[in-house]
Amino acid sequence: MTTSTSEAPVHEPPPAPAVRLAAEDLRLAYDDRVVVDGLDLALTDGSFTAIVGPNGCGKSTLLRALGRLLRPAAGRVLLDGRSIARTPTREVARVLGLLPQTPVAPAGLTVADLVARGRHPHQSWLQQWSREDEAVVAEALAWTDMADLADRPVDELSGGQRQRAWISMALAQETDLLLLDEPTTYLDLSHQIDVLELVARLHAERGRTVVVVLHDLNLAARYAQRLVAMRDGVLVASGTPHEVLTERLLAEVFDLEARVVPDPVAGTPLVVPVRRLPRRGQDSERPSRQ
Amino acid sequence: MTATADTLRATTPPGPGGRPGGRAVTVRVGPVSARFRWRSVVVPVVALAVVVLLAAVGLGRGDYPIGTVDVLRTLVGAGTDAHRFVVLELRAPRTLVGVLVGLALGTAGALFQTFARNPLASPDVLGITQGASVGAVAAIVLGGGGSAGALLDGLGVPLAALLGALVWGALLFVLAWRSGLDGFRLVLVGIALWTTGTALTDWLLTRAEIYDAAAAYVWITGSLNARTWDQATQLAVALAVLLPLALAAGRVLGVLQFGDDTARGLGVRLARAQAAVVVVAVLLVAAAVAAAGPIAFVALVVPQIAVRLTGGSRPPLLASGLLGAALVTAADLLTRTVLPEALPVGILTAAVGAPYLLWLLVRGRRTPA
Repeated sequence: MTTSTSEAPVHEPPPAPAVRLAAEDLRLAYDDRVVVDGLDLALTDGSFTAIVGPNGCGKSTLLRALGRLLRPAAGRVLLDGRSIARTPTREVARVLGLLPQTPVAPAGLTVADLVARGRHPHQSWLQQWSREDEAVVAEALAWTDMADLADRPVDELSGGQRQRAWISMALAQETDLLLLDEPTTYLDLSHQIDVLELVARLHAERGRTVVVVLHDLNLAARYAQRLVAMRDGVLVASGTPHEVLTERLLAEVFDLEARVVPDPVAGTPLVVPVRRLPRRGQDSERPSRQ
Repeated sequence: MTATADTLRATTPPGPGGRPGGRAVTVRVGPVSARFRWRSVVVPVVALAVVVLLAAVGLGRGDYPIGTVDVLRTLVGAGTDAHRFVVLELRAPRTLVGVLVGLALGTAGALFQTFARNPLASPDVLGITQGASVGAVAAIVLGGGGSAGALLDGLGVPLAALLGALVWGALLFVLAWRSGLDGFRLVLVGIALWTTGTALTDWLLTRAEIYDAAAAYVWITGSLNARTWDQATQLAVALAVLLPLALAAGRVLGVLQFGDDTARGLGVRLARAQAAVVVVAVLLVAAAVAAAGPIAFVALVVPQIAVRLTGGSRPPLLASGLLGAALVTAADLLTRTVLPEALPVGILTAAVGAPYLLWLLVRGRRTPA
């Protein structure tokens, strides 16, 4: 797997790229339980960001709020400078696509139909299947290498193929931004790589601004340009993988004693765990909602 | 469908819509475009033909038999006066109510099952028909005595049933709503309401005079006996409003099926879409049940039959409606010909529908909801 993305340099962003998605003093809560508090984040155009952190740190919750699935208790999310809560959801769906963790397709739905549903925000009562819809769906299937499986029911696919199908649907949605919540969950390592390569190609070849929640720090460091580390609902560190994945931060955020060495393949930081450190703070085991 | 040769074309696999729904047809006329599967067009057309045929045969049966050809001739306005009187005045209301009730129940069942992603979610299981039963049985049993009785008497059985269905539907909606509707919660709340309705009906029946109890029991089973043009017209008007709304909901149903987060990610205003689907479905059931009583199993079984006939991932609305109409019409025909006259149609829909569903379940390996 020493392919394209490994050579993709951690390139410096062009002068002042526009902020596409931003969180301002965000507080997120489920009923009375505050999960994220006072969080600020700005995601620039064309960036590839991975949100990392221990279970229950609020990273999936943050992603849901960024994708307007969760209404903030305080603060706001701005999409292209405009409050996402005040923007019609259909308009948002043409700019921002999201892939929930382990999404479920109805039994019997074919891959082609799944991908076709990605066109929903572009369709109307009268225009349910335009030439453009057809072309975009065919292209999305081909680009994700799913054309041969187009007529197979999604529920009969393997985990890795299924995730490709969902990414293909997100591609057909033709959004500039794409949020993915742990897209590699339940996949074996080679399929994790497969999915992340696909996401990296979406970023590199299709210019998508990508935000992904990931558990695997080494894969996050390999594929993302920027890491955002969270703990207990607070943004602890943000920067390039080299800046974020330090031994000190791993102790602070993950209660993990670890060595960080250069990844022999990509040169990105590689975390080699040593042992778990005594728990820091009483609420590090708060129930996860991911 | 007006489409010229170049706008109407079939996509062959591996294009979108190959197996398991058959080849897809794309229709584009000016800015209007849509895509169908052949089977989702063929099944409703065949179902419609079956409905017309069964209805024509049914209209000919009775104390004064008329041949099916003569019935069809009468329906298009070319029959004799005697035929016209018997077919249009005496028998048509019953047949028409049967067709419309089947249409409403089949469509409502498809709406509920798709929305809740659960093949058990039918108005029978969700308690709406039991609500109607409470209203109707209360009107029959309590009618005449006391102030509540006088009020119910004034309403009449159909209106009392309509009211019962709407009250239970509203309860279902309010109790299941939690800043949105969850299909699983909807089914659980529905089962609780179903039990409540059944208990209330049973309690009313134990208090009833034996004659009233017998009348109430026939109503609970669902019957098409002695329907009038008034009932047929009212139901037709209700469906003229509700069916287009249901079909309009079809587009969003395909996305609602995915689960809340995905649907919202695709730009669906979730709470509004869910509310619209459930309200239309409840109103369809209420209208049907008020006209003919809670004819069992149609809304539960027909959408599952329809999805297996058309293929695809969800019960098709139009095909479910027309197959519902076919089932009710066929059951009505059988009760009036093969079986003793007095048997209510609801017994037969259950007796025919349930084994057919079992056969489909045994034969097919997939279980789309």
